[in-house]
Amino acid sequence: MKSLGSIRRDFAPWNDPNAKPYIQFDNVTKKFGDFTAVNNLSLTIFEREFFALLGASGCGKSTLLRMLAGFEEPTAGRILLDGQDLRGIPPYRRPVNMMFQSYALFPHMTVENNIAFGLKQDGMPKPEIASRVAEMLKLVKLEQFAKRKPHQLSGGQRQRVALARSVAKRPKVLLLDEPLGALDKKLREETQFELMDLQQNLGLTFVVVTHDQEEAMTMADRIAIIDKGEVMQVATPAEVYEAPGSRFVAGFVGNVNMFEGKIARGEAGSASIDAGNGITIRTDNAGTAGAGTAVTFAIRPEKIKVSSKKPAEAVNAIEGEVYDIAYLGDMTVYHVRLDDGQVVRASTMNAARITEDPLSWNDRAWVSFRPDAGVVLTR
Amino acid sequence: MNTTWSRFNITSIVLGFAFLYLPIVLLIVFSFNESKLVTVWGGFSTKWYVSLFHNQGLMDATWVTARVGLISATAATVLGTLAALALTRYTRFKGRVLFSGMVFAPLVMPEVITGLSLLLLFVAVGLDRGFLTVTLAHITLTMCFVAVVVQSRLITFDRSLEEAAMDLGATPVKTFFQITLPVIMPAIVSGWMLAFTLSLDDLVIASFTSGPGATTLPMKIYSQVRLGVTPEINAACTILIAVVAIGVIIASLANKRREVQRQLDEQAAQRG
Repeated sequence: MKSLGSIRRDFAPWNDPNAKPYIQFDNVTKKFGDFTAVNNLSLTIFEREFFALLGASGCGKSTLLRMLAGFEEPTAGRILLDGQDLRGIPPYRRPVNMMFQSYALFPHMTVENNIAFGLKQDGMPKPEIASRVAEMLKLVKLEQFAKRKPHQLSGGQRQRVALARSVAKRPKVLLLDEPLGALDKKLREETQFELMDLQQNLGLTFVVVTHDQEEAMTMADRIAIIDKGEVMQVATPAEVYEAPGSRFVAGFVGNVNMFEGKIARGEAGSASIDAGNGITIRTDNAGTAGAGTAVTFAIRPEKIKVSSKKPAEAVNAIEGEVYDIAYLGDMTVYHVRLDDGQVVRASTMNAARITEDPLSWNDRAWVSFRPDAGVVLTR
Repeated sequence: MNTTWSRFNITSIVLGFAFLYLPIVLLIVFSFNESKLVTVWGGFSTKWYVSLFHNQGLMDATWVTARVGLISATAATVLGTLAALALTRYTRFKGRVLFSGMVFAPLVMPEVITGLSLLLLFVAVGLDRGFLTVTLAHITLTMCFVAVVVQSRLITFDRSLEEAAMDLGATPVKTFFQITLPVIMPAIVSGWMLAFTLSLDDLVIASFTSGPGATTLPMKIYSQVRLGVTPEINAACTILIAVVAIGVIIASLANKRREVQRQLDEQAAQRG
């Protein structure tokens, strides 16, 4: 069975036409004065989904989250949660909790009082609060820190307290604003997996805002790529990476090589692209683009092979000169300058310790790729 | 850094401290003077402290000052905190610039003018001058100082704390009392202490707005000095200095200890 990317998914309500949407942004616009933060945006999120809003800073993703939490009201459009219109409902009556980027731990309260704060607001009986707090502390492995104040904790521990506090009330939806932004790289990677486990175990719907594409790719079931207040694409991580819908998405997520050109000849999805300077690219992924259409051919670096001789069986092979090499241990990145001046980035996994075909700076080299390795973009 | 004591350094320090503290030291020394003549040393004695406590006029004035200080500082703290909240939180209301200018005007207004205008107001509305008027006048005087202190804290206040509280189900009122107020409490306390101190040592405004039966300690001391400085007054001032000094020392020690504890905690947290 063939699949895009390397993961087979059993959880895919977005492909089920009968699935009921859980959170709906319905033509939502948000303006701050003259500035339009969110522009006529529609989005559907399903129950138990781990959904990521990915975009550069200032793209409006945080505004979306804050509208869901109730700190901002949309200028136009509706937001529905489980069929209920959220307009006019203040943050303290929404079945939604948020984990803040700054953590926003109450500095004058101990860890356990921070976690118990939301439960107390609900008027939960004391013994129940105590047992829920104990359960949360165990969940984030902070049992022995219950009596500490936030300033007596390390960054990673604070992050865990913030997480425990935001899930303590068992909200229908947990909103996470750059949840791992303040952690160092190693801790971030560990915590990513912990968040995913937590989401699975509690069966909650997570909406996470991040500018870190790796973070979004690792954790999310689906990613919405946001730019200038608009949704560019909503898809699974594999689709976003392997089948980007536009030049923006292809360039935003991961590294990519792009060739501008025109479809020279095409039939049933296959096409030849005339990329100028005598370069012709054969591709199987031309979609519906007909002859004469101006297109961009996008291909990821790891799908390009670099060799000192032209591979005999290659459909696409272009000659150039090795211009830069970066040896990263697990892989090597080559920058090859083609004869028309364009630089192509190619990365090779160092699957073996010894290579048969070593390349050096300024060597003549061939870059080659299969006809199904790249995508044709018309937007 | 140069740590040696050069002659220049020593001279500057001696001169500086002499300039600041010589008058006060003289006052304290002469409060223990046996002689009735203020400027002639007649041997050590604490008799003026004893007679001070038998001076009914001074004791009454002390009591009035304490009451005026407590009431006006508390009222000014409430009003000043509210003003600071309004000025930092609701930044887009009409007339904000005017309002903030007006709140802070008494900071730079000559006390004589504040006192005189308050006097005119009290006369105009027919309020008999006394305890009430001097308290009201002190609220007017000290409120803006509280507002300044609390506002500077509120500017650095992380609004996401309040959002987090509301997100967890606290209504705006509960959020204010359970989160905002406890977090800015140190600033409110220092604002209160500042207001209390200002009320304690105010002479000008009190002279304008006070009436019979509500003579404050500074007014009493001033009026007695006009009849000649007595060692009794020196003793009263020495006690006042001691009270203020002890207050300042306790406050700064507590502050220092908190700071040290915080640093230790943070180091411990970094180590895990």
